Amino acid sequence: MSPAKTVIVRYNRVNRVNHWITAICFVLLVLSGLSMFHPLLFFLSGLFGGGQWARAVHPWIGVVLLVSYLGLIVQFWRENLVHKDDVEWMKQMRFVVANDEAHVPPVGRNNAGQKFVFWSMTLLIPVLFFSGLLIWEVYFGEATSIPVQRVAVLIHSLAAVAAILVWVVHVYAAIWVRNSVRAMTQGYVTPGWAWRHHRKWLEEIASGHDKATLRKRP
Amino acid sequence: MFDLQSQDYVRRSASTMTPPMARSHEEQVAKLIDVSRCIGCKACQAACMEWNDLRPEIGHFEGSYQNPDDLGPSVWTLMKFAEYENEQGNLEWLIRKDGCMHCEDPGCLKACPSPGAIVQYANGIVDFISDKCIGCGYCVKGCPFDIPRISKQDHKSYKCTLCSDRVSVGLEPACVKACPTGAIMFGSKADMKQWAGERIEDLKSRGFENAGLYDPAAVGGTHVMYVLHHADKPSLYSGLPDKPEISPVVRGWKGIIKPLALIGIALAALGGFFHWITEGPNEVTDEDEAEGERVLRESETEKTP
Repeated sequence: MSPAKTVIVRYNRVNRVNHWITAICFVLLVLSGLSMFHPLLFFLSGLFGGGQWARAVHPWIGVVLLVSYLGLIVQFWRENLVHKDDVEWMKQMRFVVANDEAHVPPVGRNNAGQKFVFWSMTLLIPVLFFSGLLIWEVYFGEATSIPVQRVAVLIHSLAAVAAILVWVVHVYAAIWVRNSVRAMTQGYVTPGWAWRHHRKWLEEIASGHDKATLRKRP
Repeated sequence: MFDLQSQDYVRRSASTMTPPMARSHEEQVAKLIDVSRCIGCKACQAACMEWNDLRPEIGHFEGSYQNPDDLGPSVWTLMKFAEYENEQGNLEWLIRKDGCMHCEDPGCLKACPSPGAIVQYANGIVDFISDKCIGCGYCVKGCPFDIPRISKQDHKSYKCTLCSDRVSVGLEPACVKACPTGAIMFGSKADMKQWAGERIEDLKSRGFENAGLYDPAAVGGTHVMYVLHHADKPSLYSGLPDKPEISPVVRGWKGIIKPLALIGIALAALGGFFHWITEGPNEVTDEDEAEGERVLRESETEKTP
């Protein structure tokens, strides 16, 4: 059979640019942050021009990430509100990981896993930002007491590890569920993809809620 | 500041290898500061500035003999003046020479993320190798005594070196050489403890029942020790910690969390990889495409009158 002639726009240009600015910042923060976290990974500071540079640039990238992620929150919060369906989907998790879509309840624009990633990051990124401010030695080294900074650096490390774990799940899911990456690079998915993974969303589109999301395949 | 060779190290920051301890036969050194003999002349402060060639910025008079106000990247030792009214209502002027304590188990070294930026020599001296310092300020959080200071010029951390450069060639630290009353002594840690014992006995015989040695065990002992007339209340001496220890927060962060986090992240990534190998990708089938097309087509026809 011939490939679908009509495709569905899942992420528009603003969505995609905003997502990838966030993604680039996140990767840079992981690399520079881990270099200051474990001696085995100190070599990663070389990617930034050495330890002093990694230390100096890390917080500024963090500022850009926070602003960028706020943009994602504004764009995506509504479609990530949690519904009763999400509980049902979570309960069928074993079928989800086994690629057994027939036993997975139909979901809307986002499934519970995607919502989990969104809300985890929405919680963790502000935590990382504010704990990071307290340990930003150059500007805030004397703003708080040393015991406060000790707690801040611990919270910062734990939140960072949690964020990295969520990010691993996010990246793997995008690779595992084929053609998801294209939704965030070229912006569209095929009707078959929507049928398989987000059936309720497809039905919403078909019932004419948002005709602008349909276009010819490029 | 001073960088010897790796065989001189017994501890090295952010390093997964153990230093060879080739010179562990070396005698442990210590500086003994006898607070009861200090007259507050600041010769030690001047000698420290001179030997290390440091010139802190001129500050303002703050109503105390203490000058400058605090330790700094160019102030590695500072006479701290405390006025204490004792139980008899008499004034005691407690003057303590503040600076790095050179802990046997250094919190700064434990916290430091930069390999080799903080080292401990076989003689016990803890030294900052500024060249490798990245200016993160973790040593400040690790230190139980609030000693390291980060320079605003080069964003590196500085503190007393115990004149490791002088000691390595058989000289005593500059402050010791300059002290006119013998309140600062330097030698092997064993000798210094013995000398302190004699001093404490003398102080006790003169009515200071609580006189004693400050060599806190929770940090493994220190290579800078004090003879205090009120060893039961170290905090009288401008806030010398009563029970210094590396904060449990720092120990957790630099202890179990480091390996657990890396293992956790690696397991997550491996979990993904093996899921791919066993379950494989979740691919859209031709039937899915047909169904998807059908849903879109049906909605078209429904709306066409």
